[in-house]
Amino acid sequence: MAEFIRVGMSEIVVSRSPDVLAAIGLGSCVGVCVYDPVQKSGGMAHIMLPKKSRTGEVKKPGKFADTAIPELLEKLKEMGVVFPRVMVKVAGGAQMFSGHNDRMMIGLRNVQAVERLLAERNLKITGKNVGGKYGRSVRFDLATGVVSIKMLNSPEIIL
Amino acid sequence: MESINKLNPIQMDAIKEVSNIGAGHAATVLSQLMKKKVAMTVPQVNLIALSDVCDILGQPEDPMVGIYLRVFGDAPGKILYLFPREKALFLAGFLLEEEERGKGDDNFLGEMEVSALKEIGNILTGAYVYAFSNFTKLNMISSVPALTFDMVSAILNTVLVDLGAGGDYALLIETKLAACEVDITGHFFLVPDAGSLSTILKALGVKGQWPNSSGSECQK
Repeated sequence: MAEFIRVGMSEIVVSRSPDVLAAIGLGSCVGVCVYDPVQKSGGMAHIMLPKKSRTGEVKKPGKFADTAIPELLEKLKEMGVVFPRVMVKVAGGAQMFSGHNDRMMIGLRNVQAVERLLAERNLKITGKNVGGKYGRSVRFDLATGVVSIKMLNSPEIIL
Repeated sequence: MESINKLNPIQMDAIKEVSNIGAGHAATVLSQLMKKKVAMTVPQVNLIALSDVCDILGQPEDPMVGIYLRVFGDAPGKILYLFPREKALFLAGFLLEEEERGKGDDNFLGEMEVSALKEIGNILTGAYVYAFSNFTKLNMISSVPALTFDMVSAILNTVLVDLGAGGDYALLIETKLAACEVDITGHFFLVPDAGSLSTILKALGVKGQWPNSSGSECQK
């Protein structure tokens, strides 16, 4: 039986086919999906912020891009995922309150941090749907590796 | 930082009471605007794990209109109003002429409606913050409002995301508004920034009063 697993803010979940991982309502958060097409296994991180604060201790590594990416890759490694063949898909990082003087630009900074961290590990992003004004729901099917994105005002996007 | 799971009944009541005063002023203003009676619930104070935030309001992928303001000053935080689209349009109608309404299509709101709703956010927040600030003697100022129409989970996600820097939980003070004679329902959230809760408790004079045997006698 395929299980439908929610990946909430700051969570990292790894699993195998036929499960489906889902991050519902990504606003400025970024969902990073990594898939091993041979093993049919993968994981998703629901990242909230680009980097951890200098002082705070990190109880939930999934929160920050700079702790979530290593943690996700470590978990996948333990599952036996072979990295040269993985597909990496990234979605989220919207700027939803456009009328607002959002000095933080969290969405954009999240995406930039994720892209940089993946590049540092020689992981190529094979599919991407980021930025814009609207929130996304991301479903990651571990049977196929397909990432489907639902947005309020547009047809479903497949990565 | 004061943590909600450590709030004693007196502190909990104090927070509810001051929120009630703020929301009462906001409801009065809304009532004057619509010339209808507006009822509101007693504020609920909830601590929500950030990982569970998307499920707190019904169907997470339902679209809602969110009006969002920052509060600056002694006790910084955020204010968020959530209305279903048709209720938001109905509210906006009170500020608009006939010919200015209904310019948006099914997926968006018209420009005038967006503007009217932001103004309503401003008016309600002004009333809330004034009362809150007056009662606590804390200096509070609200920002200009921002508006979005999107999945409710994505709105909550975006508004609460920066709380992640300091903790794993969001403290939500929620009041539901409902007009009696017309069908208006909406959610109103006050979300103190990390650290603001203890400032508010101190201003209310209930900081560090831990319950003794009489603590349980406090009315909920």
